[in-house]
Amino acid sequence: MMMSTQGTHFKRNIDEDAMAETEWVISLTEVNKWYGDFHVLKNINLNVSKGERIVVCGPSGSGKSTLIRCVNQLEQHQSGSIVVNGQPLNGNTKALEIVRKDVGMCFQDFNLFPHMTILENLIFAPIWARHMPRDEAISLAKRFLDRVNIAEQSGKYPGQLSGGQQQRAAIARSLCMSPTVMLFDEPTSALDPEMIKEVLDVMTELANDGMTMICVTHEMGFAKSVADRVIFMDGGEIVEQNTPDAFFDNPQVDRTQLFLSQILSH
Amino acid sequence: MTIIFQPAPDLTPPASKVGIFYWARTKLFNNLINSLFTLCGIAILITLTPPLLNWFLFDAVFIGTAETCREGQGACWSFVHAKIKLFLIGPYPMELVWRPITAAALLFGLFFATARHYLSSRKAVIGWMLLPLPIYWLIGGGFGLEVVDTSDWGGLLLTLVLAVAGILASVPIGIVLALGRTAKNTFIKVISVSIIELVRGVPLVTILFMATIMLPLFLPDGVEIGILYRVQFGIILFSSAYIAEVVRGGLQSIDSGQSEAAKALGLNQWMITALIVLPQALKIVIPPLIGRCIALLKDTSLVVVVGLLDFLGIAKAASQDAEWLGFDAEAFVFCAFIYWLLCFSLSRYGRSLEARGQNSH
Repeated sequence: MMMSTQGTHFKRNIDEDAMAETEWVISLTEVNKWYGDFHVLKNINLNVSKGERIVVCGPSGSGKSTLIRCVNQLEQHQSGSIVVNGQPLNGNTKALEIVRKDVGMCFQDFNLFPHMTILENLIFAPIWARHMPRDEAISLAKRFLDRVNIAEQSGKYPGQLSGGQQQRAAIARSLCMSPTVMLFDEPTSALDPEMIKEVLDVMTELANDGMTMICVTHEMGFAKSVADRVIFMDGGEIVEQNTPDAFFDNPQVDRTQLFLSQILSH
Repeated sequence: MTIIFQPAPDLTPPASKVGIFYWARTKLFNNLINSLFTLCGIAILITLTPPLLNWFLFDAVFIGTAETCREGQGACWSFVHAKIKLFLIGPYPMELVWRPITAAALLFGLFFATARHYLSSRKAVIGWMLLPLPIYWLIGGGFGLEVVDTSDWGGLLLTLVLAVAGILASVPIGIVLALGRTAKNTFIKVISVSIIELVRGVPLVTILFMATIMLPLFLPDGVEIGILYRVQFGIILFSSAYIAEVVRGGLQSIDSGQSEAAKALGLNQWMITALIVLPQALKIVIPPLIGRCIALLKDTSLVVVVGLLDFLGIAKAASQDAEWLGFDAEAFVFCAFIYWLLCFSLSRYGRSLEARGQNSH
């Protein structure tokens, strides 16, 4: 079935209206962003409830990375409202710092601090941003390193680890701040095929523990097995969003069908 | 059926590919042109070494007067020996010589401890920040010690005071200027850029003249700053501007992902700059930074144009002595050797810092 892309906001299977607005962990309303003259996000509306796992996919340049980078304001939006954990993000530095401590983020290139050991990477933010005593931070860090299965690497520098180990360390680093939301920006795109699974396993475990997650990823297997909702973006717009089953088996918009046929055919 | 994969064992390289002959064949005589270069080099060494050795060592006069020196063919090291006090401390009173010696022991002791990494980085930084206090007290006096006026400081003593204080002050000031130049605040940015570009656009000699002649004009009546401090101010200003540009290069080479990751963890801008970006940037710019420190050490010899007698200046002055006329070469060779020793130590220290930082990159 073919439809025009005009009515882009498909109703999700979960009844959104039944939920009180205060329950949204993240709420974007009519968000617009430009890079210079380039309109990179067009009227984005997105609400995320607690514990929800969202996968964002789409061709490169579609604005999906920019979208999640707006959630913790690594990119500033120019119009519309973004509310995270009840804190409106409107340029207020204090509110922003509170939000960033609550929202963890993992990057495509890991961005571990190369001049610190893995353990130092993990305890850095709890000590400096949460004023946690060093001993407490270390035992917390060891617990998370254990959880992502790289406890024995804690004394090494990031450059001595494989990509998969680095990404798991980066996830553990975010978790040390006890975030309520995790953002993943193509966490497996820079990894060798052998290492993708170990990172996805950690992410799956995190999802099973009830973490609210927004993942920009091309791992469709992960989307199918873990996501509550898949969002497809193109040209700075949310073209289609649905549960994974409906999204993959019965995409509604021609652009989505084309995208899926291209990525699933190889 | 499954075939079991057996990894091949690691072997040692064949014997013909190791050892001194293999090294000579691949590094000295690997093709015709390189063989010619090697032979030319050997020929030059053979021609130059004997006369140099004769002058420096075999024909040299180590003990004796100017007369014995004039009879000999080689270098007159007894001239250096006779003037060594002047070379090292200038007109500084001889009976107080223990004070600069103690100060030098503190300086080189701390340098040794730092260079051998006996101290943690934090202790080393604190040590170097506090070092000027005992040094100025020991050399200058006051607080129970007899005062020695700065006009009596000279020779290697003066060179080291200018260089060490110059390096210790201009590195942090340079870092601040570099951060200012990359700051978002336009006012801070404009001020930093102005200072850096203004100072870099002027020769050091000009700055030294301005510091000695013009600085007093701007001071209120009755306030007088010794010429040493004015010159020191000029050197610090000059060096800071260059160090600022070196550090800026390092700051710009740090991937923006580093500060993004730190921001995403909820760290504020100060922490990100001081603990994430700056340490990595400084590690990258160690070689040019050490280069600037070496340049500063040697640039202190320019203070002779405003009438201060530093190590090189006093060597020149000493060789004008009527009794020892004609031994300029020995004075300058001695100076060159000491300068080289100091600069080479700095250079080696820089290399050891680089080596230490290697695993974390």
